[in-house]
Amino acid sequence: MRFATKRQTFEAIDEDAGVSLLIVEPEDMWHANNMISVGDVIHAPAFRKVTTTTATGSTIGKSVRTNLSIKVKSTFFDPLASELKVSGNVINENEWVSVGQHHTITLKYEKGDIKFTIWKSHGWDSVALQTLREAISEDRPEAVVAVVMQEGLANICLITDFRTIVKQRVESTIPKKRSSAKDSAGGMSAFYEKTLSNLRSAIDFTVPRTLLLASPGFVAQDFRTYMQSEGARRADKSLQRIAKDAVVVHSSTGYVHSLNEVLKSSEVQKTMHHTRFTTESTLMDQFYERMRKDDGRAWYGTKPVEKAVAEGAVGRGGGVLLVNNAFFRSMDVGTRKKYVGLVDKVKEDGGEARLLSSDHESGKRLDALGGIAALLTYPMLDLDEDDEAESGDVEYSAEGTTVI
Amino acid sequence: MSRHQYIRNLDYRDAIDEFEGYAEEEDELSPEDRALMTAGTIDVQAALGVEVSKVTVAQIEEALWHYYFDVDKSVTYLTTKFINPPPKETKPAAKQPHGNPFQSRTSLAHVFRDMPWGNVPKHRETTFIPPPMARLGLLGGSGAAPKISKLQALAAARKKKAEEKGATQDKMESARTKMNELSVGDTPAAREVPLAGAFSKRLKTSESTAQGRVPLVLSEPTRSEPSQSSSALVREPEIMPSVDKAPQSMFAQTLFGSHADVFHRVPQESYSLYADLPPSVLDAFTKPSPDDVVLAAQAKAGKKTPAAQPKKKGTPSADAVAGEVGELKISDAPLPKSRNFDVLSEFEKSKSKKTASFVVVGHVDAGKSTMMGRLLLELKVIDQRTVDKLRREAETIGKTSFALAWVLDQRSEERARGVTIDIATNRFETEHTAFTILDAPGHRDFIPNMIAGASQADFAILVVDSSTGAFESGLKGQTKEHSLLIRSMGVSRIIVAVNKLDAVAWSQERFDEIKDQVSGFLSVTGFQQKNIAFVPVSGLQGDNLVRRSTDPAASWYTGPTLVEELENSEPSVRALAKPLRMTISEVYRTMQSPVTIAGRIDAGSVQMGDAVLIQPSSEKAYVKSIQADDAPVDWAVAGQNIVLHLSHIDPIHVKVGDIICDPAKPIPRADTFTMKALAFDFLMPMQVDVHRGRLHAAGRIETITALLDKVSGAVVKKKPRIVKPATVARIVVKLDQLVPLEKGLRVVLRSGGQTVAAGLLE
Repeated sequence: MRFATKRQTFEAIDEDAGVSLLIVEPEDMWHANNMISVGDVIHAPAFRKVTTTTATGSTIGKSVRTNLSIKVKSTFFDPLASELKVSGNVINENEWVSVGQHHTITLKYEKGDIKFTIWKSHGWDSVALQTLREAISEDRPEAVVAVVMQEGLANICLITDFRTIVKQRVESTIPKKRSSAKDSAGGMSAFYEKTLSNLRSAIDFTVPRTLLLASPGFVAQDFRTYMQSEGARRADKSLQRIAKDAVVVHSSTGYVHSLNEVLKSSEVQKTMHHTRFTTESTLMDQFYERMRKDDGRAWYGTKPVEKAVAEGAVGRGGGVLLVNNAFFRSMDVGTRKKYVGLVDKVKEDGGEARLLSSDHESGKRLDALGGIAALLTYPMLDLDEDDEAESGDVEYSAEGTTVI
Repeated sequence: MSRHQYIRNLDYRDAIDEFEGYAEEEDELSPEDRALMTAGTIDVQAALGVEVSKVTVAQIEEALWHYYFDVDKSVTYLTTKFINPPPKETKPAAKQPHGNPFQSRTSLAHVFRDMPWGNVPKHRETTFIPPPMARLGLLGGSGAAPKISKLQALAAARKKKAEEKGATQDKMESARTKMNELSVGDTPAAREVPLAGAFSKRLKTSESTAQGRVPLVLSEPTRSEPSQSSSALVREPEIMPSVDKAPQSMFAQTLFGSHADVFHRVPQESYSLYADLPPSVLDAFTKPSPDDVVLAAQAKAGKKTPAAQPKKKGTPSADAVAGEVGELKISDAPLPKSRNFDVLSEFEKSKSKKTASFVVVGHVDAGKSTMMGRLLLELKVIDQRTVDKLRREAETIGKTSFALAWVLDQRSEERARGVTIDIATNRFETEHTAFTILDAPGHRDFIPNMIAGASQADFAILVVDSSTGAFESGLKGQTKEHSLLIRSMGVSRIIVAVNKLDAVAWSQERFDEIKDQVSGFLSVTGFQQKNIAFVPVSGLQGDNLVRRSTDPAASWYTGPTLVEELENSEPSVRALAKPLRMTISEVYRTMQSPVTIAGRIDAGSVQMGDAVLIQPSSEKAYVKSIQADDAPVDWAVAGQNIVLHLSHIDPIHVKVGDIICDPAKPIPRADTFTMKALAFDFLMPMQVDVHRGRLHAAGRIETITALLDKVSGAVVKKKPRIVKPATVARIVVKLDQLVPLEKGLRVVLRSGGQTVAAGLLE
């Protein structure tokens, strides 16, 4: 995304004039989805179906391209098509529509840059600004393609800086070995063929991309060999190049969540340095590591983390607050403010606040923990104590005899 | 309407009705024929002269039609048939529908009049034994819709009816007896005597199945049959006027029954083809055909769509039909080829060998596959020649020592890399037991496959590499993990094969050292001391596997060999009486069926012709045939490793890891479950892989409900943040997709290539 005007800066945002942005790539829609929340006002080009009645009473329906301003009621993001549908009520009238009519604007990447303007209903707070900064950021590494596979299952994923898109899931039944029939080789090569054709059709390889092949055992290695031999057989130069550049990594399963392991591996660290994904993945691992040690420096769940932040335990020297970015999206104002407050407090204390995308595997791991976790600078014990007591009391009265 | 249109809009049922009723429609003669007919009729009437009053115009016309308007032949025919009939011909073929050119067919009915159409006594019914390779259903078609031929359906319906009759026989008996009193009873004594003599034996055997309609003809005073129907029939012989008909031969009587019995039931005013069908069979055709009934019932059971009510003219009320459909309950009934064994009693009767399966586990390169290869060679399951051939092949890629392992490792990747990747199964038999070997991979990447193998096993052989360094690294690696896994899969008996002792010169100290360490951690893992056995072996040389070691250095060991230990192991108790559960471990295509599956029956039993349900796809299939130990069998019970050939199912619905179950008591599907888990590692809300046999699904721990006391199971702490290793907790796991799960199943949770927990579903 780009600012529509050169004069616009992050520092000087005119709340009344709004922020005008240009959609320059499909990925922008993901950012737009994070930025636009319920209650905001969006001014964007839209298609409106207009029905006119002629003097004779016949009706003519036509689609009119017009610029509309709507007050957002809901948003829907389609990750595969990279389309954001924003629904709301029209707030300024024009030739075709009157105020209060409902309209759904579909924002998507098109050839010519699309310009849209956004007015935040509650102003640009720190989290909104951080999202905007990320959206505008110029240097963005090319998306990485990863095929996570095991015998009979392959997930073709596209890992961008902000999300993981499972482009295709390939499943096939591999006949296992039996004493009667000896070759499961046929089954495997059929599976590789299916995976390869899906990979070629799902991913655009005209731009150079890193291809990661990950699997337990030898599946990924064999798949690479298969690609090479297929490339040679078909005299397909591009396939040969893809196969040659493919990086084979170990993973424990063929499911998407094994991407965490894939991105930790040294082979990947060598090729992908500073992607957001790897950092987040590392942070999550660090969190789990601390949890294991149970030294009171890692907490998850809203209440304990709130307490820790309030105490200033998530501060300078390793304090990290991990929050799922879904918390800031389409939520009631009070809750959003609370979490923005947490983020601001952590930043104030000199700690790091990370908004993890729930569209990434690391975000999903955080999701499992309730969407919020914190690495503390010093141990705090029993942050969940009163919590426990409360719920425990209830249980006592209910059961009476429960031994704790 | 053009002909083309007519064909296109052709309604099957209408066509049938038309066929049945073509008597009305087909008598339209072409004008030429009509003219010829008129002329011919006049000629015939003239030729017959005075006798003309004895025949009707219709008869003349029919005769003419039959003889292609040949007047002479018609006259001859009419004369012999109607005017001067032979004495036995009592009833003329009168009152036939006007001028039906096909009327001649009805003469067939006349000939077979005393045939008990569709009323074959039960004891005479053929038992249809399907040929072993018989294809089910009609030829052609994809087999998507379970279609059985009309004949099969009729047979099934008839069988069903016969059974129902048996149940309601008592009630019907009196009515039927009365009916017989009225109409039958005509059994001339002359015929009784030889019959009674010749068939007394036969009648005795059949008396239990004898029904009222079976024309048992017995001489009264000599025999008093316990069967009520037959005795009632005999005791009240009413002398009826004898019918002027050729006497039945004894053979015919045996075949068709007393002609009088049949004769009197036939309403003779008019008859058509199958005129003497019993009412039950006639009913069958006024109601939906058995095919329709089966299809409707299946549709009803399978897809919950309302049963397709065939619209038929003049059928009884829809309720009655629906009631009948309901009563039939054909959908869950096995296909007609099922022999309806009581599998459990059959199993008790059959004094076959015990079956047991064991899994061979251990750290990678402990020599599991090689040891099993040697074992099979020594037991002569494979011959030396095969091994020599493998050895030559192994030599060509410079891995001579792998020759024995290649007996089980047959995949090219496995051979090229020298590791087992997937479970290999093989069989051998000892004097008392038939064993199934499940050779598991040792490499950590293939633990899902090892779990699949362990889930099929009754007990385990843990192979430990005794060579220096290897044992220690194994103990940290898969030796430990495998032991944990097999214990948590419910295997309680373990035989530790201390392998490669020849490499350490059969050192007893080394053996004892390993024994101490391994038994130490095995008892920590939860194996009872009495269920652990240690055998020092050499897998490569074959010492102490089947034969005792001849090496003098190994003479200190006097305990049982590996095979002896195996024979001492009692297989676990099978859940035979429970509903069928079988986890699919392999799906492939064979000549017998495009959907052939292999696996071990976890619970219950299965027999040929059974309907089964595949979960999670909830698709129904039929068992076409069963194979156990490469031989076809009629049934199989829990604990057996079998191959099932399925029919009436698309391969797309059957995947490895799915569960085959009883359609009446299916295993539920769930995507969230609560389990009592023993943690091997730290547990917190995180992503895990759930393993259950071949089933492998991704999911996550959603909440940790409580920490439990290891012994009593009481709640120790509610909602803990984290579960420490070696503690028990109640956790809720959410899966990405629906999987078949039920209470009491054992599952293993893994994460990041590590086994983190195992436990029981609650």
